[in-house]
Amino acid sequence: MKIIIIGAGRVGESVADSLVSEHNDITVIDTSAARLRDLESRFDLRGVVGSGIDPAVLAEAGARDTDLLIACAAEDETNLVCCKLAQRLYGIPTRIARVRTSGFADQELLLGPEGFAVDRIICPEESLTRYIVRLVEYPEAMQVRDFAGGRACLVSVRARAGAPMVSHSIGELRQILPGVDMRLVAIYRRFQEEPDRFIACDGTTRVEPGDEVFVLAASEHIAQVLAALHRRDGQSERPVRRIMIAGGGEVGLRLARQLAREKARFHLKVIEELPERCVALASELPSEVLVLQGDTTDEDLLAGESVEETDLFLALTEDDEDNIMSCLLAKRMGARRVLALINRRSYADLMHGTQIDIALSPAQAMLGELLAHVRQGDVQAVHSLRRGVAEALEIVARGDRKSSRVVGRKVSELSLPPEVHMGLIVRGLPLPGEQAPEAGESQVIIPHSTTVIESNDHVVFFLPHKRLVRDVEKLFRVGALFF
Amino acid sequence: MLDLLPVLRVLGILLMVFALAMGLPLGVSWFQDDGVWRVYPLSMAVTLGLGLLLWLGLRRHNRELLPRHGVMLVTLVWVLLPLCSMLPLMLAMHQVGRPISFTHAYFEAVSGLTTTGSTVLSGLDSLPVSVNVWRTFLQWVGGMGILILAVAVLPLLGVGGSQLFRAEAAGPVKDTKLTPRMTETAKGLWGVYAFFSVTCALAYWWGGMRPLDALMHMFTTVSLGGLSPYDASFGQFQSPLLEAIAVLFMLAASCNFALYFVAVRKRSTAGLWRDPELRATLAVLIGGGLLVSVLLWVKGAYAPLQALRYGMFNVVSIATTTGYATADFLLWPVFVPVFMLLLSGVATSAGSTGCGIKMVRVLILLKQARREMTRLVHPRAVQPVRLGNAVVDHPVIFSVLAFMLVYGGTVIGLSMLLLLTDLDPVTAFTAVLASVNCTGPGMGAVGPASNFSVLTDFQIWVCTLAMLLGRLEFLSVMALLAPSFWRR
Repeated sequence: MKIIIIGAGRVGESVADSLVSEHNDITVIDTSAARLRDLESRFDLRGVVGSGIDPAVLAEAGARDTDLLIACAAEDETNLVCCKLAQRLYGIPTRIARVRTSGFADQELLLGPEGFAVDRIICPEESLTRYIVRLVEYPEAMQVRDFAGGRACLVSVRARAGAPMVSHSIGELRQILPGVDMRLVAIYRRFQEEPDRFIACDGTTRVEPGDEVFVLAASEHIAQVLAALHRRDGQSERPVRRIMIAGGGEVGLRLARQLAREKARFHLKVIEELPERCVALASELPSEVLVLQGDTTDEDLLAGESVEETDLFLALTEDDEDNIMSCLLAKRMGARRVLALINRRSYADLMHGTQIDIALSPAQAMLGELLAHVRQGDVQAVHSLRRGVAEALEIVARGDRKSSRVVGRKVSELSLPPEVHMGLIVRGLPLPGEQAPEAGESQVIIPHSTTVIESNDHVVFFLPHKRLVRDVEKLFRVGALFF
Repeated sequence: MLDLLPVLRVLGILLMVFALAMGLPLGVSWFQDDGVWRVYPLSMAVTLGLGLLLWLGLRRHNRELLPRHGVMLVTLVWVLLPLCSMLPLMLAMHQVGRPISFTHAYFEAVSGLTTTGSTVLSGLDSLPVSVNVWRTFLQWVGGMGILILAVAVLPLLGVGGSQLFRAEAAGPVKDTKLTPRMTETAKGLWGVYAFFSVTCALAYWWGGMRPLDALMHMFTTVSLGGLSPYDASFGQFQSPLLEAIAVLFMLAASCNFALYFVAVRKRSTAGLWRDPELRATLAVLIGGGLLVSVLLWVKGAYAPLQALRYGMFNVVSIATTTGYATADFLLWPVFVPVFMLLLSGVATSAGSTGCGIKMVRVLILLKQARREMTRLVHPRAVQPVRLGNAVVDHPVIFSVLAFMLVYGGTVIGLSMLLLLTDLDPVTAFTAVLASVNCTGPGMGAVGPASNFSVLTDFQIWVCTLAMLLGRLEFLSVMALLAPSFWRR
């Protein structure tokens, strides 16, 4: 696939990074030659120096036969105009723009073919906020990913000694949580002096304390699954109430605003260093949110604001080092759970398994939305996991027994690679363009070897390695007869 | 002092226009044949002549008005217009054989224009009807602001309009231009005012008042003035329906007129109810009314429904700085009159026709106090003072603090001055409070059953000053007294 990326900033870089490994022809346009040289030296891509809204530059980048344009420059204006140019001058079929201004979302008049002609808006800050909000809802989880429009979820959780499901084999889990449709798709086990290792799961694999466990389940069962893996027997639920957000940047603001919407549920504190930004935050956020001016790594400030009673400490500044340090500090001072936003991959690896409960890469949260557009076949959702190594994929089976290699066949008949686990199937979702049916019409099915796949089944896979993506996509591709 | 000349020229124009206002009592006098019609053409001629003199004499000084001119003009207008408007009063009273002194006449005129509603006249029922019309009409003119009206209808004030608007409009936040042009804003505010006036008059008429009574009471209801053509004030009618109508319009007039204007423009009342000041004002007024009603009932003064009727009407009337009375509330439990007088200082919105501290200032101060409390627990907290969704800037908070200081200082200073004249403390304090808040009746000797004529001339002048200071919100008058104002 030929892809043009406009803007080589942080977002552009992570987009390029994740796409380049999937055999795509990538051209990056940016005004900074030095920045492009840096990218060219690290990734297999081409850089074109110039402004993305200059038709000549776009032409030089090969816009004429490009399949996908991703505009992620810093300014919304540039991105919107780029999409319009791409549609009008070069007819690039798919156009994605990063737009921060919230007024554009779902404005068909503005984004339709007569408007700026944007197929999809991405806003990294918004994706990240949504992602963190899910983590606040399920505080035991390390990550929560949605599939099939929120009908099913993939969660990863650290197994804790004493929890009901821990120290049992996967085959026994059904007895422990009867009536809960779930599938344990992967375990990453911690070993001394080396990074976590993937353990293939079958019925006899035991869940050990300290394992990072990936579970697929219908979204209504998520809370039960998390409790069974993380909460000690008899321990009562302790919901998140006190949240401290260190760093009042764009993400911190959005998150605080969203969490404050449910009045009285959370007790929010936001720490920000710049006094002017503090005033802006305090004016924008409801008055229940306490905005504090100070350094996020200031021990006295954290102590004075009783960090030891915080249920969740979120370090969301732009600075990786600050985030790591303030999280470590907060954890040592007694915060129940800490989350650090870490951009640099090497830091994220370094911090994994230390006292920081969740190390979150901003790119990971956003990339899923992009990747779904790049993939072949009817891929609905892609979530990049384990810092891009593993992937969870939702793909729709189409066609019939003749045209498709999956529809009408039992799971055991499919020629899936051995490491690939079919997680679950969501059946009965509306076809694109159809009206959403009544709630409850769709059902989540845990597939067994005898389950027969039907057309329009949304199948969710967990792939321990990215290279397996191709095989799955190929399997689901509809033959020529279908058309 | 040469600086004053362009201001005086504008003043001349205003006087000439103001002279036209005397046409209303003239007409009433002519058609009702109350025997004093001759005084109006005479007063008109004097006012017109004075205005013409100033305008023609100074027509070469047609400079644009600067901010300092706005301050001067406002004060001059509010001092000089009562002088002109007292002429018909004095002449008419002389003609019917009940002459009043200059002091009393000036007090009456100021009490009218500042929408205070205190009076030194008695036997109101037997006054010529045109005199009563003139007294109440003055309140209606003064209610929304004379200069705001002038800005609306007199394009010749030009760019200086916004300076005048700022100097006269009540409330701490004066930069909120509702429309790009100040004239449009002034027109809009007076449009809302006129609409309320017409509906109020029609409602009174429908409720059973004679047309002329309806007109006069409308004048003093929507302006939150409270002068009445009857000694018994609103109690004259003994009609629960009319009292309910009055309560309704007093409540409406105690909210910010700009909000109505915006609501009409946007054709939506959503913003109206979300406004924190409006909510607080209505909550305080209605809550206070209910509290007093319950108290009157519990203390056995009235049966439940009567308690609600008298409690609601009198609390709303006094607290909105109107000053009608349907009962001698000094006979009620002592908590009630004091409570009502204190409310009158705070329970009207900025941009309404009421006076006093204004609810918005109270809200800002309360929020500021809460912020200080938060700071004790969280020394690093950043917490701007907010009203609704808007952040209140620091200069505004400081100006509110300064206003409160001046307000308190004025009340105490003038009360002490009255005490110096051997007035009893309750009368002295409440007379000043009722004048500064432009309410009307106080307690003690100036309660609702008596009037200000019991005071000596000096005491009357002190109250007159208090009314002017209160209406113009102290600072613009005091700025004139500061030497730095005149140093160039």
